[in-house]
Amino acid sequence: MSASSAFSDDKAGSASEPEYGHDPASGGIFSSDYKRHDDLKEMLDSNKDSLKLEAMKRIVAMIARGKNTSDLFPAVVKNVACKNIEVKKLVYVYLVRYAEEQQDLALLSISTFQRGLKDPNQLIRASALRVLSSIRVTIIVPIMMLAIKEAASDMSPYVRKTAAHAIPKLHSLDPEQKDQLIEVIEKLLADKTTLVAGSVVMAFEEVCPDRIDLIHKNYRKLCNLLIDVEEWGQVVIINMLTRYARTQFLNPNINESLLEDSSEKAFYASDDEEDEDKKAEAAALVKRKPYVMDPDHRLLLRNTKPLLQSRNAAVVMAVAQLYFHLAPKAEVGIIAKALVRLMRSHSEVQYVVLQNVATMTIKRRGMFEPYLKSFYIRSTDPTQIKILKLEVLTNLANETNISTILREFQTYIKSMDKDFVAASIQAIGRCATNIGEVRDTCLNGLVQLLSNRDELVVAESVVVIKKLLQMQPEQHSDIIKHMAKLIDNIQVPMARASILWLIGEYCEHVPKIAPDVLRKMAKTFTNEEDIVKLQIINLAAKLYLTNSKQTKLLTQYVLNLAKYDQNYDIRDRARFIRQLIVPTDKSGALSKYAKKLFLALKPAPVLESPFKDRDHFQLGSLSHLLNAKAGGYQELPEWPESAPDPSVRNVEIPDWSKCTSRKDRKEKKLDKPFYSDSEGDSGPTESADSESDSGSGSESASASDESGSGSESEESGEETESEKEEEDEEKEKKRKKRLDKTKAKKPAEESAESEQSSGTEDRKRGRKAVKNQKSSSESESESESSESEDESEEESEEESESDTNIRKKKTPVSKQPPKQSKKESKKETQEMSLLDLDDFEPTPTSAPVTPVNFLSSSLVSDLEGLSLTDTILAPTTIAPSGSIKMYELLHRITGEGLAVEYCFSRQPFSPDPNMVAVQIQFTNNTNSETKNLHIEEPRLQSGMRIREFAEIEVLAAGESVTVVMGIDFCDSTQAANFQLCTHTRKFFVSIQPPVGELMTPVFLTENDFKKEQGKLMGMNEISEKLTLGEKCVNEHVIVERVTATANLSRVPCGSDKECRFAGKTVSSGCLVLVTVTTKEGGRAQLTVNCEKMVIGTMLVKDIMQALSQ
Amino acid sequence: MIHSLFLINASGDIFLEKHWKSVVSRSVCDYFFEALERATEPENVPPVIPTPHHFLINVLRHRIYFVAVIQSEVPPLFVIEFLHRVVDTFQDYFGVCTEAAIKDNVVVVYELLEEMLDNGFPLATESNILKELIKPPTILRTVVNTITGSTNVGEQLPTGQLSVVPWRRTGVKYTNNEAYFDVVEEIDAIIDKSGSTITAEIQGVVDACVKLTGMPDLTLSFMNPRLLDDVSFHPCVRFKRWEAERILSFIPPDGNFRLLSYHVSSQNLVAIPVYVKHNISFREGSSQGRFELTLGPKQTMGKAVESVLVSSQLPRGVLNANLNPSQGTYTFDPVTKLLSWDVGKINPQKLPSLKGSMSLQTGASKPDENPTINIQFKIQQLAISGLKVNRLDMYGEKYKPFKGIKYMTKAGKFQVRT
Repeated sequence: MSASSAFSDDKAGSASEPEYGHDPASGGIFSSDYKRHDDLKEMLDSNKDSLKLEAMKRIVAMIARGKNTSDLFPAVVKNVACKNIEVKKLVYVYLVRYAEEQQDLALLSISTFQRGLKDPNQLIRASALRVLSSIRVTIIVPIMMLAIKEAASDMSPYVRKTAAHAIPKLHSLDPEQKDQLIEVIEKLLADKTTLVAGSVVMAFEEVCPDRIDLIHKNYRKLCNLLIDVEEWGQVVIINMLTRYARTQFLNPNINESLLEDSSEKAFYASDDEEDEDKKAEAAALVKRKPYVMDPDHRLLLRNTKPLLQSRNAAVVMAVAQLYFHLAPKAEVGIIAKALVRLMRSHSEVQYVVLQNVATMTIKRRGMFEPYLKSFYIRSTDPTQIKILKLEVLTNLANETNISTILREFQTYIKSMDKDFVAASIQAIGRCATNIGEVRDTCLNGLVQLLSNRDELVVAESVVVIKKLLQMQPEQHSDIIKHMAKLIDNIQVPMARASILWLIGEYCEHVPKIAPDVLRKMAKTFTNEEDIVKLQIINLAAKLYLTNSKQTKLLTQYVLNLAKYDQNYDIRDRARFIRQLIVPTDKSGALSKYAKKLFLALKPAPVLESPFKDRDHFQLGSLSHLLNAKAGGYQELPEWPESAPDPSVRNVEIPDWSKCTSRKDRKEKKLDKPFYSDSEGDSGPTESADSESDSGSGSESASASDESGSGSESEESGEETESEKEEEDEEKEKKRKKRLDKTKAKKPAEESAESEQSSGTEDRKRGRKAVKNQKSSSESESESESSESEDESEEESEEESESDTNIRKKKTPVSKQPPKQSKKESKKETQEMSLLDLDDFEPTPTSAPVTPVNFLSSSLVSDLEGLSLTDTILAPTTIAPSGSIKMYELLHRITGEGLAVEYCFSRQPFSPDPNMVAVQIQFTNNTNSETKNLHIEEPRLQSGMRIREFAEIEVLAAGESVTVVMGIDFCDSTQAANFQLCTHTRKFFVSIQPPVGELMTPVFLTENDFKKEQGKLMGMNEISEKLTLGEKCVNEHVIVERVTATANLSRVPCGSDKECRFAGKTVSSGCLVLVTVTTKEGGRAQLTVNCEKMVIGTMLVKDIMQALSQ
Repeated sequence: MIHSLFLINASGDIFLEKHWKSVVSRSVCDYFFEALERATEPENVPPVIPTPHHFLINVLRHRIYFVAVIQSEVPPLFVIEFLHRVVDTFQDYFGVCTEAAIKDNVVVVYELLEEMLDNGFPLATESNILKELIKPPTILRTVVNTITGSTNVGEQLPTGQLSVVPWRRTGVKYTNNEAYFDVVEEIDAIIDKSGSTITAEIQGVVDACVKLTGMPDLTLSFMNPRLLDDVSFHPCVRFKRWEAERILSFIPPDGNFRLLSYHVSSQNLVAIPVYVKHNISFREGSSQGRFELTLGPKQTMGKAVESVLVSSQLPRGVLNANLNPSQGTYTFDPVTKLLSWDVGKINPQKLPSLKGSMSLQTGASKPDENPTINIQFKIQQLAISGLKVNRLDMYGEKYKPFKGIKYMTKAGKFQVRT
């Protein structure tokens, strides 16, 4: 403590703002707490970021210490839009901590997050979603829902991951959203990136762990991705898959388990029971069928096995429990080694692992026998670890190793840790009961302990001896005599009670001593503990029955003492026993049987491990550790009798190409109403719906199609838009009603503000919001298509082939769910009202941001999403004709008439050979001329460079112009972001190259090719098998497809089974060698050799897609 | 998953709390304090404590209890492992993980905790990623930040987060490219009274300090990889390659990390580098006990045994010890009864010994426990299992790195029973 205060003093001395002086961590200013908050407020209101930061740091320090700073809430929330990212983050921390308490004020911050959700920077999008979903304010549930849905189809996997994290948050806030959330989960489960997999399974486990049907289609993918998922995700996925496998596969030990059971039982059970077991077993053997493991079951076991080598104890444990619950008996053994390794870890880890090992050793003892010595106890182990190790050692004891174990136990008894000694004695007792051969040895050893100086040791030994003696009392009367002598010295009640019970029970073996003991006890009766008293009564009763001559009076005396005891149990017992044994006139029928009652042969106690039967809990779980069901625990299901249909897991990729159209259309049918809901906004009238739908359909088609057909369909699109605007005005009234409702809940200042806004203004805003909404939905649907790449392939192909066809097919689709769309649209309006309220609420600090500006920037970011997703689509949409694909950089609507498209011309960029040439075409669709087109403020990844094109001074109305610019992407597919400026406006745009465009052709001979390939082996070689698509019938098509995907040149080759291509990356000049070897039946092997592994992997992916189409 | 985290110091003060979901009152820690009181030793607090509404999972490191509050089923190891990762991160950031360091850097701690968990589920625990998000505090940076007003918080998504090698950040640049590997082996052994080995095993780790520019791809091969019985890897190691060729192939994280930990199979005979002759006895009836201890080297492959430290927990009845070391110094704490003898280096010519008498409580009978002797030592330039690195190669980058390999053997849990 003194050290810390010294340190903080030090810091305070050197603090940057001496006028605000003290470090928050240093104590002693509590008296002026109130005043301090005032100066914090002052600092937060200042213009200087450094002051704000200082204030926030102090506030966070106070939160960390658990001080209440909620009175600062308004002052802090104002800074939520602060430019300084650290201040912002700290404000987030504060907000999440206090939003729940100050719900109304927290709403002030929502708009900032909504803006953040549209930010081009994925980190900002993600953190906005994170904070938005962490604010536990029920009123924003619909906004959260919308944000999650949108983020779930974000192009950045990081944002999608954040969306997955947000799902359980929303679910705990409002469980009614479950159904919608499950839809999102279902979608995210289909995600192919490892980043998302862990988080979405976690969401699945929290929201809908019983919806096992959602896993079927993703099962194999999850198994295959598992090894690349981050470690925490691995734990969750493995645990979930364990449960899944239990429901879907057959017990691999179905035959052995019967055998094993019977042998296990034989160990404890008596002989006749064993006979019965054998019969049952024989019956089962007749029934049994040869067991064949499901290949998916095998896949799971195979793919989890390497994770036993993980450095993360939780992962190892997860795999261990998976093997324990799912693997055939012969294979479970491999987990032992890994678990033993974990015992080297921190003591907490040891504790948990040992608990689980203890359970495992009961069922599968053989597994850990080779590691017996690893469980030997060290004097430095904490007691709880010692006791667990003892448990394991006891479980592992058998005829062969018992002597070494007992020798080990002997040393433990001399330990200084008395609790541990007591446990060791019990352990010896258990070994003795379980293994007949050593019973006498153990008993002798324990008797020796009776002369130990430590009373606890003696007492524990007595208790254990008592249990052992019950097994064969005849031979051990000396031990009983010995113990009778001990009663004078031992004070531990449990031990005294045990001795008394023994003497009473076997009084016939010690006829002379027993009455004497009773005499002594009668003397001290009043001073004894309750359990001892009960045993004294017990002893008296038994002696009275066997030897009434000597003990009659003593018994009467004891019973009289007991009659007036303070404890009612003892009084009751005395009364009961007196009635039973002392013959009176009206003694009941029972007294005849008194002897039988008291001196019946008692079965020997079975000393069992406390870990027996714990394995009905899933190992590694909290419930298992506590041996009690914890909240949220999912029972591990029993194996099914017969396996459910394994074909549910089939996701056959080759099949896709065959039944493309049908399946694809089905998908669309499912998807469409979901995504068209914002278009469905235009009202319940179906005609309007279908119109707008067709409009947008053609629009999206044109976006991915060649530029040609664009203009027409766009016009029609605009028409519908204007229609919609009119309709929206009507809707505005409805919305206002809703607004009034929500107003009531909102704080006064807010409602005042919304009242200020006149009707017309409101309308305008509404319109803009609708536009905004619409374009965002467009981007949504598009990025969705890019998400599942297989899907998008088909889609794009279809679109290019039969544009009109689609339109026809789409129209019925939109009619399909009238009810749902109504519902959705209702919800939409509600959300919207909240949305635009918050959007346009001028927060005090963000004054310079005018609404107009904001709108446009959000539009731009929407657009960015558009163009980016488009480029991702690119490799798959390249037309087989080999023509150069155009990408949209700026849509003509968002560009306010300026349309910009670009393509990778594949020409060398002459000013700088390390740059990729990008050809950009500007088209001015307005009626006025656009001036001063140029690029500004490139925001580039490190190492990237841009060579801008010369400024275009004037672009006349209706004209278009083409320029070439160079970008050095540094051989990465990171997007180059920059601003496109006209004399009036600035647009944020970004260009993301498909990997195939990052290279230029190189001409090599066959020999050179082989030589270079030889240098790029091992790590640098990526090889994949694939099945060629239907159309890839001949070499020609393959060449065409490959060269369309990547800018490579063909290398001459002797064999017609092989096609080779060569190129080098543009900026670093690394060779890229591609080989496609075709085999029988449309199968092929693709090999890419490239020093840059990332490029190689991406290229493989792209070419595979191109070829398997 | 993890609801809240409380940091509690040795004297039982909650000095930091963080909540990831709704706020859990700190009164929940009362259950922990109860358990703490019940436990005789600080490390005997059960790692999982059930309370009526929550479960408390705690780990003890650097005399600080990290108590996580959870509400529903979650694998306990998941939480424990995470808490240890938090401690490791703190240590990585602040050099030490003490109460003072945490209090001084409370804002960074808070930012770290915020990034490491989202809604109680781990988000970023990889040190390379965290360091890009939140730069570790250094004196220089503090000065620069106060002058320029720049922040410690990264504005871009760490590149590692999305790449296939999340543990490595991109754009690493060094003027001196170096890669150091330390092979450290620990011997765990129990030696019985008569000097025979009851159990002995070797646990080893390969710690690396890699400061290489760009995206180097390293391969490390051993002369005798068959020695390694059980291994666990840093996620960067390509498992397939190890399975097939017994070669460690990996793109390393930047900075310090543990590449590999291994276990040498217990079937191999383990060389025990030191022996102990002891005679600790108490006579019945007298208040004196004899204490004699001699250490000697054994199977050290010609290397010196250094930094030897002997400690022993003497029986409770011992009041004081009056001993005479032939070298080094000894201390005896009459309260905890802990005897420790700092021997230093063992000179084979003149074996170190510690002899003398112990005074017992008068009248008390002789203690019947036998103390165990714990020994720590170090042997430089020797991997006791005989493991040897064959070669280290680098691919993917053009410069020539400076490579270094160091071996060391240490005592792990090395106990001699008397």
